[in-house]
Amino acid sequence: MILRLALCLGFVAGTGATAQELSERLGPPDAAQEMRVRSTTDLAVLRPVLESFLDARPDTAIVYEQWLSNNLYRRSLADCEQGPPGADLVISSAVHQLVEFVNRACAASYVSEETASLPAALSWRDELWGITREPAVIVYNRELVPTQDVPRSRFDLLDILRNRSERYAGRVATYDIEASGLGFLFAYADSLEATTFGGLLESFGRTGAVATCCSAEIMNGVLSGRYLIGYNILGSYAFDLAEENPQLGIVAPADYTLILARGAVIPRNAENAALAAGLVDYMLSPAGTDGLRDAHLLTDLDGLIDKGAAAEAFGASQLRPIELSPKLLVASDRQKRSLFNDLWRNAFPGQ
Amino acid sequence: MPAVTDAAAPRTTLSLQARIALAIGAVVAIGGILVLIAALAYGRHAAREAFDRLLVGAASDIAESITIRDGVPIVDMPVSAFELLALAPRDRIDYRVVGRGGETLTGSDSTPRPDDALPISFYGGTFGAEPARYVAVVRRFAERGYTGPVEVIVGHTLHARRALAFDIAQNAVVVLGAAGVVIAVFAWLAVLSALRPLGRIGDALARRTPADLTPLAEPAPREVAALRDALNDFIARLQRQLNANRDLIADTAHQLRTPLAAIRVQLDAVKHEDDPAQQAALLDRARDRLVALSRLLDQLLSQGLVVHRGDAARKERLDLRDVALEIYEASELEIAASHHAITLDLPETEVAVTADRLSLTEAGKNLLGNGIRHGVPPIVFGVSGTPQEARLWVRDAGGGPDDAVLSRMGSRFLNGASAGAGGLGLAIAHAVATNHDGQLAPRRGDAGFEIAMVLPRETPP
Repeated sequence: MILRLALCLGFVAGTGATAQELSERLGPPDAAQEMRVRSTTDLAVLRPVLESFLDARPDTAIVYEQWLSNNLYRRSLADCEQGPPGADLVISSAVHQLVEFVNRACAASYVSEETASLPAALSWRDELWGITREPAVIVYNRELVPTQDVPRSRFDLLDILRNRSERYAGRVATYDIEASGLGFLFAYADSLEATTFGGLLESFGRTGAVATCCSAEIMNGVLSGRYLIGYNILGSYAFDLAEENPQLGIVAPADYTLILARGAVIPRNAENAALAAGLVDYMLSPAGTDGLRDAHLLTDLDGLIDKGAAAEAFGASQLRPIELSPKLLVASDRQKRSLFNDLWRNAFPGQ
Repeated sequence: MPAVTDAAAPRTTLSLQARIALAIGAVVAIGGILVLIAALAYGRHAAREAFDRLLVGAASDIAESITIRDGVPIVDMPVSAFELLALAPRDRIDYRVVGRGGETLTGSDSTPRPDDALPISFYGGTFGAEPARYVAVVRRFAERGYTGPVEVIVGHTLHARRALAFDIAQNAVVVLGAAGVVIAVFAWLAVLSALRPLGRIGDALARRTPADLTPLAEPAPREVAALRDALNDFIARLQRQLNANRDLIADTAHQLRTPLAAIRVQLDAVKHEDDPAQQAALLDRARDRLVALSRLLDQLLSQGLVVHRGDAARKERLDLRDVALEIYEASELEIAASHHAITLDLPETEVAVTADRLSLTEAGKNLLGNGIRHGVPPIVFGVSGTPQEARLWVRDAGGGPDDAVLSRMGSRFLNGASAGAGGLGLAIAHAVATNHDGQLAPRRGDAGFEIAMVLPRETPP
């Protein structure tokens, strides 16, 4: 936790903008083979899954690098186009960037029983696979937000920003979409889902909501009372944090809940593509999915209800998985980004 | 001369079923290849049409989304365009929007541009290392601050096109294959049923006793019926030949029995006669009888020959004058022996008939011989013709044979004792005339008797 906060502050301070946040070697020191995994996922979250993968393979080690999504994307493209072989597996929550990566023919194709069992919406060209199911949730401080104010949907959020602005003004936080690829993806997906997005942006701007870089910073702000509500937070981190901090309330918005499937790709010039494919297969296998579920990375409808984030009446139609398809290329379009960022900047002036 | 293999068995060539199977196989194989090529071409064409429309739809969507803001074209990239393109689910997408100055507004800088600036142009290119298909759609603006075209280029790789083309071709080939099998089966059944009558005729022939020469009565389709009818014709000819042989033997026996008995009686009488003068007279009579008998034998053989040839001989185009001359020359000995002068009366021009030369000559010799032996001089032998018929005739000044002889001239059995060789000669001539679709025409007039063979005349070529 402290480490994560420190990393986030480090980024905000502007250091290491094009390098990994963290690099660690997992597995036996004398392992005969080694693969390099670059990921936006916190190692702490993924570590149990990777370790159980390595347990069955005593000759294998993983060099795990943790990156910010935009930096990871730039580095991976550079590796693809001119660089020496970089990562053997890239895992990113900014899946629109991975779709772009695949569209530029940077990824290697791989087919196995496990990859073939994925639904069509969660894989593309046998090069990109959605390995997790993570809802975009609203977090709040149970001690500081009274029950009647808890936003069960975006409409509730709009209402409290309008009716109780004196309490919530400046105390709602969300991702900075320019700094965070995932934040951009969630905002973009929101803009396609419903007109509430325009209203939300307008309310955020009017009430002086905060846009900042990382889920960790937002959630720590909510816990400390600096923010009361965090919007569009990745559920996996929220559930993880809530285990130790019961005052962190989590809501899957009832109007619709975006579900992100974190993507994995094997770069076409990967040196250890077979090892990377083995890890993909493992993460899609029953043992791997159990591990991911324990790490809160695989949260389905039942999981949401079990964890109290969604009401019993919540239906599958309220879940909106973000499809891994060429449609996401629009999110990477130069002018689209610039238009979207303009819209964003109008709502969050001066940040 | 090449060596002739003796008694070579008739060659059996490839069966009709095998031939038809080969022919159908060839048709289906060649047709299959042609249809496969056509199906591939059609499949490619159809896939190209379908996915080109998709490209145009996407490009038009993007072009529609362009607005001019402060003199700069702004593309608010529509998701619908990419939803269209995502209908080719495995294809990578390349796009680029180019302003009037050639600057890239959005999309990839490396996307190839078309050669021509048409409103819509399709072209091939490569996207990364893969072949791709592109469309460029031009939208023209006339706005304050921006006048000119904006070019929208959209392309994608060819996986979906290839899959669709293959799918279409595969379906076509499957249908063709099924059709080929059905055609082959039906053709096979048709051939089997068409050839069944041949087998039936063969079986019927094999089952026959050697003496059975009745016509075949098996029903047969028209093509096989020709063969059956030819067989029946052949059987009928065989039947006639057999009848002719039987008749010849019967005739010969019948004709020879009486003169031979007479000669034996005379020779017996010689044995019992003591008077040498009477003996010599009896021997002379026996000799005369033998001479007559030998002539009769000649004529019987001649009749046999003529009857035999009636069916067997090949008919040819003849000039009846040549035939008359030949007859005249062949009869010269007899003419000389008779001490009669025979006048030959031939026309200036050809009198053509289609006939068997040998039969005609035999018949003529018999008619002329009858004339020489029984006729009253002057005897004239000649040829004449009308446009429809040709006549070979013998004329004399006498009264001709008895009416009884003339009335029986068409029948086989003649009383050798009463009519002798003369009646037989008439029978031969009658048979020949009948065989040539003609007739024997006797005519008794004031000047004498004339008998003519009237044959249909061949028109001059």
